[in-house]
Amino acid sequence: MSGALLAQGQSQGNWDWAFAREIIPELVAGLRVTVLATLLGILVAMVLGLFLALARRSRRKLISWPVGGLVEFIRSTPLLAQLFFLYFVLPEFGIVLAPMLIGVLGLGIHYGCYTSESYRAGIESVPRGQWEAAVALNMSRAGTWRHIVLPQAIPTVIPALGNYLVAMFKEAPLLSTITVVELLAVARSIQGFTFRGLEPFTLAGLLFLAVSVPAAVLVRYLERRYQYARA
Amino acid sequence: MPGSQVLGRLLEGAGITVQVTALAVLLGTVLALAGGLAGLSSRPWVRWVVRIYVELFRGVSAIILLFWVFFALPIMLNIFLSPLHAGVLALGTNMGAYGTELVRGGIQAVPRGQSEAATALNMTYWQRLRHVVFPQALVTMLPPYGSLVIEVLKASSLVSLIALNDLMRQAQTLRVNGTASSPEIFLGVFLLYGLLAGVITLAVRLAERRFGKGLDVGRLARVVK
Repeated sequence: MSGALLAQGQSQGNWDWAFAREIIPELVAGLRVTVLATLLGILVAMVLGLFLALARRSRRKLISWPVGGLVEFIRSTPLLAQLFFLYFVLPEFGIVLAPMLIGVLGLGIHYGCYTSESYRAGIESVPRGQWEAAVALNMSRAGTWRHIVLPQAIPTVIPALGNYLVAMFKEAPLLSTITVVELLAVARSIQGFTFRGLEPFTLAGLLFLAVSVPAAVLVRYLERRYQYARA
Repeated sequence: MPGSQVLGRLLEGAGITVQVTALAVLLGTVLALAGGLAGLSSRPWVRWVVRIYVELFRGVSAIILLFWVFFALPIMLNIFLSPLHAGVLALGTNMGAYGTELVRGGIQAVPRGQSEAATALNMTYWQRLRHVVFPQALVTMLPPYGSLVIEVLKASSLVSLIALNDLMRQAQTLRVNGTASSPEIFLGVFLLYGLLAGVITLAVRLAERRFGKGLDVGRLARVVK
């Protein structure tokens, strides 16, 4: 608490434009890392989510139940705790990964559990008759999935994936806690060196909004357009 | 350090986690109700204020908002904010932004005829809301509200980054001090968060059952009938 007081107390003063201009390039470089981690994370989440959804639908309870439980469990615990787990506990078992890789995996696994629910809904939205017709045509189970069900299920999942992309971007600054030098980490280190918190954190917030608000608006627009196209 | 003592420290932290979550949910719920109703106002400028609040506080993300509230806001306003206050303020306003959309959507989902019938019965705005529209909206709002509360519980772990001794920070302290093995600590952390989330889910289910009685809307409508 006294440390917090000190940090806040030493950084009194008004907005300093020269200082703000000086730190913008560093913050923008950090923002690029945040965006990169998000894009890599959504790739992991898209692929993993599909496999989790398929595993959860498996007819073998020995597969579907544990996967279902794991998905629920990951969804109900904080991403921060999961990142710390990957970063601090895995090395005790001899698995040492680069912080950025851990961050991307952490984001991907956490959101993979969310996307799996969307895939599941998409798969369930495929009419039963499609399955029955595939059986009537003597298609194999794998062939039915590949040629009949997934091509119809996946397009309905795309808007949800867009929303998770935006949500994941909002959580990507958590990677600063496992030493990934992204936007928030840059702001925190500037604050640590200069004892000025006003400019770095305000600019970080504004830069963040400059990406997340247009992204959210775009996703909503695509979602609406897409729904009209389907209707 | 024996396991029971480790568990004791984690439970102590979980107490702070519950406190932060409860206060943030309280603030977030008040903001959500106010924002949701104001978002349906007939005055365009009121709707615009709500729109801007929602886009800003949803778009900025909980963690960036938390650091801004803790490190930048006190300088701007020349005040002191304790980590607890900063945490509750950041998480609460963030939840309020998501909740505003939820409340607005819930109220809009109630068929217009319900409100019109209430008007025909000479009810005032608040009477319509209190006795006709809100009870029906509430049942459809509860399940997503429950998810939102769980999101706040998860986001409350962020306060560990501004030196509040919540569950996450107690775990980090135990780990750094080497008082217990990391896998053991994290097992406790995950189980406690999972347990708290389970309690929230259960509470929402019970609320749905309680408030869904006699209504034919909501997830449990058929069960209750």
